[in-house]
Amino acid sequence: MFFNFVDELRSAGIQASFKEHLVLLEALDKDVIEQTPEQFYYLSRAIFVKDEGLLDKFDQVFNKVFKGILTNYGQNPVDIPEEWLKAVAEKFLTPEEMEAIKSLGSWEEIMETLKKRIEDQQKRHEGGNKWIGTGGTSPYGNDGYNPEGVRIGGESKHKRALKVWEKREFQNLDNTRELGTRNIKVALRRLRRFAREGNPDELDLEGTIEGTAKQGWLDIRMRAERKNAVKVLLFLDVGGSMDPFIKLVEELFSAATTEFKNLEFFYFHNCLYEGVWKDNKRRWSERTNTWDILHKYGHDYKIIFVGDAAMSPYEITHPGGSVEHFNEEAGAIWLQRVAHVYPATVWLNPVPEKQWGYSQSTKIIKELVGGNMFPLTLEGLDGAMRELTRKKH
Amino acid sequence: MQRFEGTSNYVATDDLKVAVNAAVLLRRPLLVKGEPGTGKTVLAHEIAKATGAPLIEWNIKSTTKAQQGLYEYDAVARLRDGQLGDERVHDISNYIKKGKLWEAFTSPQLPVLLIDEIDKADIEFPNDLLQELDRMSFDVYETKERIAAKERPIVVITSNNEKELPDAFLRRCFFHYIKFPDRETMQAIIDVHFPGIQKTLISKAMDIFYEVREVPGLKKKPSTSELLDWLKLLLNEDMPLDVLQNRDPAKAIPPLHGALLKNEQDVMLFERLAFMARRQN
Repeated sequence: MFFNFVDELRSAGIQASFKEHLVLLEALDKDVIEQTPEQFYYLSRAIFVKDEGLLDKFDQVFNKVFKGILTNYGQNPVDIPEEWLKAVAEKFLTPEEMEAIKSLGSWEEIMETLKKRIEDQQKRHEGGNKWIGTGGTSPYGNDGYNPEGVRIGGESKHKRALKVWEKREFQNLDNTRELGTRNIKVALRRLRRFAREGNPDELDLEGTIEGTAKQGWLDIRMRAERKNAVKVLLFLDVGGSMDPFIKLVEELFSAATTEFKNLEFFYFHNCLYEGVWKDNKRRWSERTNTWDILHKYGHDYKIIFVGDAAMSPYEITHPGGSVEHFNEEAGAIWLQRVAHVYPATVWLNPVPEKQWGYSQSTKIIKELVGGNMFPLTLEGLDGAMRELTRKKH
Repeated sequence: MQRFEGTSNYVATDDLKVAVNAAVLLRRPLLVKGEPGTGKTVLAHEIAKATGAPLIEWNIKSTTKAQQGLYEYDAVARLRDGQLGDERVHDISNYIKKGKLWEAFTSPQLPVLLIDEIDKADIEFPNDLLQELDRMSFDVYETKERIAAKERPIVVITSNNEKELPDAFLRRCFFHYIKFPDRETMQAIIDVHFPGIQKTLISKAMDIFYEVREVPGLKKKPSTSELLDWLKLLLNEDMPLDVLQNRDPAKAIPPLHGALLKNEQDVMLFERLAFMARRQN
């Protein structure tokens, strides 16, 4: 039964392992919880879920695994372990009835009698919270924890308890959706490359000891602090179809500026052409020539484009294709130049990956950046940063 | 050891109780996450209080190294003493400073060890503590000594989610996410903190509070600790009840908002809302 649960958790993407399973058994063995379905739910949640983003998935799996038994009850009796049924039967049936059932022999009849018996019990014990079984050491042989036990013990109580995980209170925390600055920073941190540069302001202990031993007097050696030396050029698409993604890009931008000391950013519109700008208000008066960028920043810079790549294909492939001005060289040529000068180039696309296939321009740009287009989700960002670190320069 | 049931000034929900009791009985670290201000750090204090155990706090900063929790060898001091010809220099243990883990392992009474805001440290930090937290023992290489816990201490770890924690580390922990309290729990929390407070005041204040939390686009949602601060202020200022009761929609900003809104953009957002409400009238 519990193995089924673990399997279901794994297939839902929760990293449940044998180790957690053993912990669950150990906790049950030590009587950590009272024997109610809520407590069992809380306990297994504390053991199996290690990230609030997965809580919602866990609730769904829990519901699936333990509710499935509820509906299959009586129709699929083979699923219920026999020793189980015996234990339950012993609690609810008198020895005479047991004998009678044994002579009946059929599963259906046993279930039917059992059901009736339980219904009777419930009427008599209304409001009581004592459940079948008093709980022993083994979670298998004994009544308390088996979901069937939950089911048989009290229908009404079960319904109330189910609510806890059926409410799915943690839906909002699912990590495939949320992308806050903190999360972005974590993803960007993959791109760390430490190096000692700048003023020597840290005591080099090993150097000092070595120097002192050699010289015979206290020879203090200093060294520069280790800092993140990775260099990043960020190109951001602004305006038009990017408007719905402003908040997302804003968050990415603020995370990137605090994470990277050597960060330069430029804006472009739709596709990269011969000019980019740093201040969107003065986009026409203060432009930077793209050639200057290619010359100024060394090829060890990592390039990140952020844009939805949604435009008319002509804007990429043809000279004069830009919607804003007449460009003498096609956007594709400029993108190729960048990808050529900077081997570590990725494109982050805020549009969900599923929709990329419908846009011709997205396909073209993806090809131009060597296939390194990633969705602007945590997962995508993580992949993009991996790609950037993989490249030596 | 008795079960943790919350204390006279800490309201614990059922799921939290289960997680705490599981961690205490099985002696595995309990990892607590949640919105800022939902009482993660306070939890460790309360567990210590409820179990009568001493609390050892290890506050993590971005510069904290795992080794500092075990021990530190002050080589520079020894080098200096060596130059000065101090007698102490012959015994290396004079220069070994105990860390918080060492303290917890050798504490005469079973302690609660709080590792606060573990995500502040470097990404590798939790990995460096894996073995030590798993076996509850470590070696001091300088003196060739092994420090082992007689009894596994109760370990509470808090995280603000600034960094992801490695899987291998998570596997060894129980996990609890303190979700934002619902009205009922919030009521219980307020009752614990302000016994005898006017019921109508609370219900009005909570209306406003949950309204504020619902406003879309808020950068920092106010949490439990902010609500408690705000209530304290309202009581201190002797805010007349009708100020809360007959709220003018044109004044979207709640009275004494400084306790609830901690971000100038959020205050501006409310001013804009108030402005729009005035225009509609």
